[in-house]
Amino acid sequence: MSVTLFYVFAAIAVAGALSMVLNVRNTVAGALSLVGTMVALGAIYVLLDAYLIGVLQILIYAGAIVVLFLFVVMLLNLREERYPPARGLIGKFVGVAAGAGVLAWFVTVLPGALPEAAAVGEDFGGYRHVGLALFRDYVLAFEVTSLLLLAAMVGAVILAKRRI
Amino acid sequence: MVELVIKALFMLLVMMGAFLPLITWVERKQAALMQDRIGANRADLGGIRAIGLLHPAADVLKLLTKEDVVPAGANRVLHLLAPVISIVPAIITLAVIPFGGIYTYGETKLNLVIADIDWGMLYVFAVGSIATYGAVIAGWASNNNWSLLGSMRASAQMISYEVTMGLSVVGLFMALGTLRLPEMVYAQDATFRVLGFLEHFGLFETLPAWLSWITLPSWGIFLQPFGFILFLTCIMAENKRPPFSAPEGESEIVAGYHTEYSGMRFGLFYTAEFLEVPVIGALVATLFLGGWSIPWLPQETLLGVLVPVAGEGFGTTLCLILHVLTFLLKVVVLVWLQMAIRWTLPAFRYDQIMDLCWKIILPLSIANIFVTGLFILVVEGLR
Repeated sequence: MSVTLFYVFAAIAVAGALSMVLNVRNTVAGALSLVGTMVALGAIYVLLDAYLIGVLQILIYAGAIVVLFLFVVMLLNLREERYPPARGLIGKFVGVAAGAGVLAWFVTVLPGALPEAAAVGEDFGGYRHVGLALFRDYVLAFEVTSLLLLAAMVGAVILAKRRI
Repeated sequence: MVELVIKALFMLLVMMGAFLPLITWVERKQAALMQDRIGANRADLGGIRAIGLLHPAADVLKLLTKEDVVPAGANRVLHLLAPVISIVPAIITLAVIPFGGIYTYGETKLNLVIADIDWGMLYVFAVGSIATYGAVIAGWASNNNWSLLGSMRASAQMISYEVTMGLSVVGLFMALGTLRLPEMVYAQDATFRVLGFLEHFGLFETLPAWLSWITLPSWGIFLQPFGFILFLTCIMAENKRPPFSAPEGESEIVAGYHTEYSGMRFGLFYTAEFLEVPVIGALVATLFLGGWSIPWLPQETLLGVLVPVAGEGFGTTLCLILHVLTFLLKVVVLVWLQMAIRWTLPAFRYDQIMDLCWKIILPLSIANIFVTGLFILVVEGLR
């Protein structure tokens, strides 16, 4: 059951990713394919018992970040003809070669190099474990990250607004 | 598997078969009541008018027989897909809402929730975040500037209120100590002494008996009154019905993101909005009004009364029926509340909606988290 579901969602994720890359002319369709990929990835995380990451994948990436992408794309009102795809033959050749190389590496080398999967605990991937790790074990790192984000936010506001 | 299908069918039947058509009727009748007119009563089937109850059927017939227009220059696939995307989240949210408790029949346990998952509330938020796409895609795919304006408003409004919706219930999670919705209801299926906190401040060693009698059900609304108001506001803004109807903006941008929709595709947008009303009712009832639990009458007490009188199996079934009816009654009350709000308040301006979210609700919900944390620290558990 879960293997079948994995193949279904994996196919959706790959199809979404391909559709995003190939939709160079239509930015909105590309962003929407990205949503499909994100939701499928979230489902795969859930199949792997990593519930929290699965839900956050959908909640944050599909539900918030890609909506913001779409917001900006719609605001700029990109029309299809303004950004024609690059037409260099060399670029295409290099791209295809690099892609094929990575694929070959995945297929040949990676399966042997992966460690044996360890059995996971009862409450693995739940919000309790992640919460305890974040707010007890690594609380300093967490707080420092939040400071970093605050600085980035203030910086973005200052860059965007000349006069506050 | 059979049990799962039956539970899902029950939930769908109650929500889509009973609540949905009734709400379209209630909407009109309540509008009429508020505006001092009689309201929809002209749907006529051989002289039977049934106080306008035939109108839901008439609506569906009208919408189904209308022409389904896809405007020129629109993105056909996305234009046809958008109404479907907007209705799916409302339906699949029902999967985690418990409509009854856990009942034991000899060996078997009957858990009246379709999917009892540990991360139930996170699932609700994730599904809710997908709901944005219906409005966004509809507006973009219509190739109409009014629609695009509507969908920009919808995306900004829904993302903003998702943030505050999550933060406004953190206090409730702290008070109830779980994200699993059936467990949340069981935590609320109890009472607490209203003045019990005085013991922790050294006023009383133990509370005198006559003060101990003052109890309240430990519902979310009593533990987290602020959280209730904030959450209800946020989730009503997510629904995009008036007073938060800026994405539709009838008086400014024609009909917002669904300007270019006709026939049943337009009907689907409305179905989604109307269906969200009882779904919101069910969710808020589960989080804040104790779900299926009967106030001052926990499940054990009720079973203790019913089982000796009516026998093991029948008593449990009676308890189950009472619980499901209580749940539905609470949903009805919350639907009434939403309708009353919808027809009382004038629609907010768009900037007022965003101000309300970021400048009022966000600070208040963060303050609510801190106050709740302090209270839990001092009193060691609100319950």
